[in-house]
Amino acid sequence: MNFRQRFYLVEVLSGLWLTAAHFFRNMGRHVAHAVGASRTGGAVTIQYPEERRPYSPRLRSLHRLVRREDGSPRCVACMMCETVCPAHCIYIVAEEHPNPDIEKVPRRFDIDLGKCVFCGYCVEACPEDAIRMDTGILEFSSYSRGGMIYTKEMLLSLEAAGADGRPRSPIPVPADRTA
Amino acid sequence: MSVVADLGISFGRVAFMMFFVLNVAALLGWVERKQSAIMQDRIGANRASIFGLRALGLFHPLADTLKMLAKEDFRPARADRLLFELAPFVSVFFALVAFASIPFGDTLRVGGREIPLQAVTLNVGLLYVFAMLSLGVYGVMMAGWASANNYALLGGQRAAALMISAEIAIGASIMGVVMIHGSLSLMDIVRGQGRLLWGWVPAWGILTQPLAFVLFVTAGIAATKRIPFDMPEGESEIIGYFVEYSGMKFGMFLMTDMVETIVLAGLSTSLFLGGWQIPYLYAEGFRFPWGAAVALSPLLVTVLQVSAFVGKVGAVIFVLMLIRWTLPRFRYDQAMRLGWFGLFPLSIANIVITGLLLLAWESR
Repeated sequence: MNFRQRFYLVEVLSGLWLTAAHFFRNMGRHVAHAVGASRTGGAVTIQYPEERRPYSPRLRSLHRLVRREDGSPRCVACMMCETVCPAHCIYIVAEEHPNPDIEKVPRRFDIDLGKCVFCGYCVEACPEDAIRMDTGILEFSSYSRGGMIYTKEMLLSLEAAGADGRPRSPIPVPADRTA
Repeated sequence: MSVVADLGISFGRVAFMMFFVLNVAALLGWVERKQSAIMQDRIGANRASIFGLRALGLFHPLADTLKMLAKEDFRPARADRLLFELAPFVSVFFALVAFASIPFGDTLRVGGREIPLQAVTLNVGLLYVFAMLSLGVYGVMMAGWASANNYALLGGQRAAALMISAEIAIGASIMGVVMIHGSLSLMDIVRGQGRLLWGWVPAWGILTQPLAFVLFVTAGIAATKRIPFDMPEGESEIIGYFVEYSGMKFGMFLMTDMVETIVLAGLSTSLFLGGWQIPYLYAEGFRFPWGAAVALSPLLVTVLQVSAFVGKVGAVIFVLMLIRWTLPRFRYDQAMRLGWFGLFPLSIANIVITGLLLLAWESR
């Protein structure tokens, strides 16, 4: 540090000048916004639950199981996703499908979202395009670990997000969510 | 009847002061949040609401107080019970009473009475304020000692060391002001700043004692233990003297910080910014150096003076908050070096220079 910097005063004043300039500029913008002269206020804050940033179309959000036209899951219980999952959060129990053309169907398909790391490998691994992460749902939470386990029925009921990236289906409520 | 009136007037003076200090202290929490937010391109706390009314986050101090009152009042098992309970009260008491002798207006003459507009009229007011500010550190040291926690003890010890290095610089830096006005009474010092130099420059302390002003504000921030001199707290390193406190006792330490900020602002206003003085405003109205004059009623003059004092205190608080949200924390040894090798010698030099200049001025 040279003498001027070790003397503090000049450097402190230049710092104060910077922050004070920010204060008065933002204050002016806030006032202009309040009286309607300006569209944007003096802050870059996004008021989260009411305002949201646009989601990227590549966003990996809550999983859903894709349905066939008759409403049954497209999944054939091949266990690819369960095998590739690095977090071991997918649990599948397979059973026979009544249609002999389809080999298997999942009896249970549980995803423990408390363990899920949202890597998207299950989507990549699926040979049937039966699991996708395009619901746009990000805000699922629970008071218990059990509440984070989403079952086959819940995952089947979800729809893909709309064109604006917003979820079209409500967040499914696990049975013990009310706790 | 006269006794009742006297009592009422005394009570009114103290009540005004307490009302002012306590309310501004509560408001400072909001000011601090909002000012820092605006400085940093943010919005600041705005979610607390009553019946959906948010009022720019003004209810947050209220919500904070409720939260602190409702919290568990925890005391460590090995803490010294009496000192632990006493420390926050000592802290906040001395901060509150320090404001008593700071004048907020000139003597008001109503119905043949002379009412000095300060809570307590003391001819050693300045010494009193510093005595109370210095005693405030006892609360901090008690908290650090009584918590039976090494981090709290470190914080208390740092507070004591910082207070000594800052208090000496404060005391020495205001000596110049005292020398110019020849009085320790804050009322006399403020009145003295109403004089005009060369017929048109108000003799405010910031003009007659610029170096002392910088030294005083710097050492004063150190004495209030706020950033950049918050090593006694240092939340990222030792958490500090109030590490074991919870609930409203912790809140009282926070309040002490706010009240001390107001005391510092009031003191710098009185000593360096002319207190309740408005340039060219006298008891009978404005009298400008170029000859124009505006006559005002005595009551209006008093109202103007009190609002000038409040406005100046608000401006100083703004600057103090600006400093607090601009500078990072000094390291402990840096603050000690600044106090002993920077502020202290400079304030001694200021005394010598002021003495020489006063001699030269008087022997013209």
